Amino acid sequence: MFARAARRLRPSRPRTAPGARRCESTDAEPPPAGGHLPSIATSKLLRTTRDAALRAPGIRWLEDDPRGPLQDTVGGRETRKMNVYQAVRDAMSIALAKDDNAIVFGEDVAFGGVFRCTMGLAEEFGRERVFNTPLSEQGIAGFGIGVAAMGHTAIAEIQFSDYIYPAFDQLVNEAAKFRYRSGGQFNVGGLTVRTPAMSVGHGGLYHSQSPEGFFMGASGLKVVIPRSPIQAKGLLLAAIRDPNPVIFMEPKVLYRSAVEQVPIDDYELPLGRAEVLRSGADLTLLAWGTPLYHCETALSLLEAPPPALAPLVPAAARGARVELIDLRTVLPWDAETVLESVRRTGRLVVVHEAGQTGGAGAEIAAEVQRRAFLSLHAPVRRVAGWDTPIGLQYEKFILPDPIRILDAMVETLAY
Amino acid sequence: MIRTLSARHSRHVSYIFRRCISATPSRYSPGNHGLLPASQSPITPKPLFFNAVSTDGKSLPTYRILDGVGNVIEGAELPELDQELARKIYQNMVLLPIVDNLLYNIQRQGKISFYMTAYGEEATIVGTAAALLPDDEVLGQYRELGVLLWRGWGIDKAMAQCFGNEEDMSSKGRQMPVHWGSPEHHFHTISSPLATQIPQAAGVAYALRRDPSRRGKNCAAVYFGEGAASEGDFHAGMLFASTIASPTLFIARNNGFAISTPSSEQYFGDGIAARGAGYGVDTVRVDGNDVLAVLNATREARRRCVESGRGVLLEAMTYRVGHHSTSDDSFAYRARQEVEDRKRIDNPIARYRLFLQNRGWWSDAEEEELKDSLKKDVMRAFKRAEGLKRHELKEMFSDVYGGEEPQNIKEQREELTQLLKKYGNVWEPWKAELKKFKDNGESLTGRAD
Repeated sequence: MFARAARRLRPSRPRTAPGARRCESTDAEPPPAGGHLPSIATSKLLRTTRDAALRAPGIRWLEDDPRGPLQDTVGGRETRKMNVYQAVRDAMSIALAKDDNAIVFGEDVAFGGVFRCTMGLAEEFGRERVFNTPLSEQGIAGFGIGVAAMGHTAIAEIQFSDYIYPAFDQLVNEAAKFRYRSGGQFNVGGLTVRTPAMSVGHGGLYHSQSPEGFFMGASGLKVVIPRSPIQAKGLLLAAIRDPNPVIFMEPKVLYRSAVEQVPIDDYELPLGRAEVLRSGADLTLLAWGTPLYHCETALSLLEAPPPALAPLVPAAARGARVELIDLRTVLPWDAETVLESVRRTGRLVVVHEAGQTGGAGAEIAAEVQRRAFLSLHAPVRRVAGWDTPIGLQYEKFILPDPIRILDAMVETLAY
Repeated sequence: MIRTLSARHSRHVSYIFRRCISATPSRYSPGNHGLLPASQSPITPKPLFFNAVSTDGKSLPTYRILDGVGNVIEGAELPELDQELARKIYQNMVLLPIVDNLLYNIQRQGKISFYMTAYGEEATIVGTAAALLPDDEVLGQYRELGVLLWRGWGIDKAMAQCFGNEEDMSSKGRQMPVHWGSPEHHFHTISSPLATQIPQAAGVAYALRRDPSRRGKNCAAVYFGEGAASEGDFHAGMLFASTIASPTLFIARNNGFAISTPSSEQYFGDGIAARGAGYGVDTVRVDGNDVLAVLNATREARRRCVESGRGVLLEAMTYRVGHHSTSDDSFAYRARQEVEDRKRIDNPIARYRLFLQNRGWWSDAEEEELKDSLKKDVMRAFKRAEGLKRHELKEMFSDVYGGEEPQNIKEQREELTQLLKKYGNVWEPWKAELKKFKDNGESLTGRAD
């Protein structure tokens, strides 16, 4: 009798085929497709209050009525809680609303996009302005160039930056050189190519890449990488309106996990300018996108290492005041801000997910050592992905994480 | 029916050296099994293989109006054409090789670095140009100077671009010869990478579609060779213009060669025209050396393109009489006799002249006069262009970016300036080179900062 009662009380489980091994965690959820980085939710880098959001440095407000008085004040402005994909969507919505010649296109954008960045836009602005393209990145880029050559605003999406390479010829040979080669008679400043980039935790070789390094040689292009919702919206609006073709790489793991209060008004953040997130005098830590959050964790490990790590973090290092810089624009990159910092601190650690060889860190390191050689107390150090493709099961060891950043800082401080 | 089909198939198998083109069996009656759900595709109980778009298994037909000696062939109709237009077409067809001739020769003499002639393709280029509206957007490959000349761009500007001198507005001296462009003439600047212009044209056309003042009025016409059509960008362009729908007129100049590669080594199917049907696009193949057929076919293709707002494909069959460029000697891969024969048998200019003369619209005297005057014009433009210097040296660094100039450009300009100041007067190669610029480099070296 008890056995029968017990059977009734046991929650029903899905039947398994005879001989199959029963999975232990039948009630676990699949990992979210957009990835999940727990440290981001509590990051101090994110501005989670209205006041902090409205005072994000460098915001340039664009008024609805250009003839009206300039409203630099923040009083009266509203913010709304948004994650990165919502902020990106908000930026595109503003661009489409204010610029009749703006269109948004790419694979699967009409239903809302695989990362929801274009949700509702086709319904709001119509299928002539927000539409799917056939599955061809070279077509997307070429088509976008043609639209922009006619002075219209082409906001293209490449579904994953891992698939941007078929468009490389169009972007590097055509878009980047369009203005120069035509003696300034034609240009494709109206082109913006948005693309999800960087690791997501389970993306493997082809859903995790950071191709910004490949484009650094394509003078004429700009490459921008936002770290948060406020940054994403402001930088994307600036990119769309910039008179140059811009590749806008959105760290996909941040789409859902990075949440801030974001001003709902039209605003821009400057391209080509890095942002100092934390001031310091002893070491400059430079990164962009997702690694910034690992940097933040590394900094807290440096300041107050947990007992297990304490023996590995010399006491002298623990008091180091580290200057944390978000590069934001990788091309053209803000050498002035970085060099001003390194000339004071004498130490530079650059962090990026892309492989070490030929990555953006290489260019930065070369310029910094050339210009600040005598100010350096230690060689410029790069913490980058290893020179391997991003092997799925090995991701945690391939890509830079807080421990590797911590280690690099400790070594650089002790050099 | 079915027995006939299998008999045909067994005959096919035995002809292993002939290209097997089997027809789409439009006469094959599958019986009524209905359609595949959510589609227009009829169900068939027998697997159906096909490898051609034409219904009779032969090559797609080629549209022609004039025969080799300028007579209208049976069944053909002349396009709407008044004497003035007819003569303008001819004059441009004669102008083109005169310009080509001079520019080719001065390249041989070392006066310009490079050139590409359009010998043999005058009918394709001028005929299509004449069928377009002056403000239809044109994206060329590199052999379409004739379109710019048709639109009144002027020989002087062509010379300037080839010399890369201070009057070169196409590229401010930054590009090789033949890389022309003029927004005023709706001719997009040429770039060397092949076929990149094809999907761009689909985008240009989409912008036309979105512009209320040009929607339904203009198209984007894009030119490319049969070799360039092998690039993925051709596929992308055709796909976008047909699927997203933009009024893009695809003009394939099938001139038989991609440098040394004959078309038999470029594709296995029936030319470029056969591909159009794969995209659901209206397609026509035309005798590219018959300017009236080209004119008529392009007008019709354009009409369909603008009215439907979708891509249309025109394949002009022609022959590249000249070398690929001044860097090529085509007799390394084809017999002189072949070229001479084609020049004689299938000469687009001669064919059309005979037609005009038959109608009393042209004469030998006018021929002499035209050639003389054009040669003088071209010579005059050349002498003038030859004497001009290059743009100011600072143009080396401008227009890389629009808007605010990035620091790296500023700094590199400054770095070169310091080097020029240091070595520009004492290092002979630099000294000589600086003299070629109209400012002798002073836009950089004379800078106060």
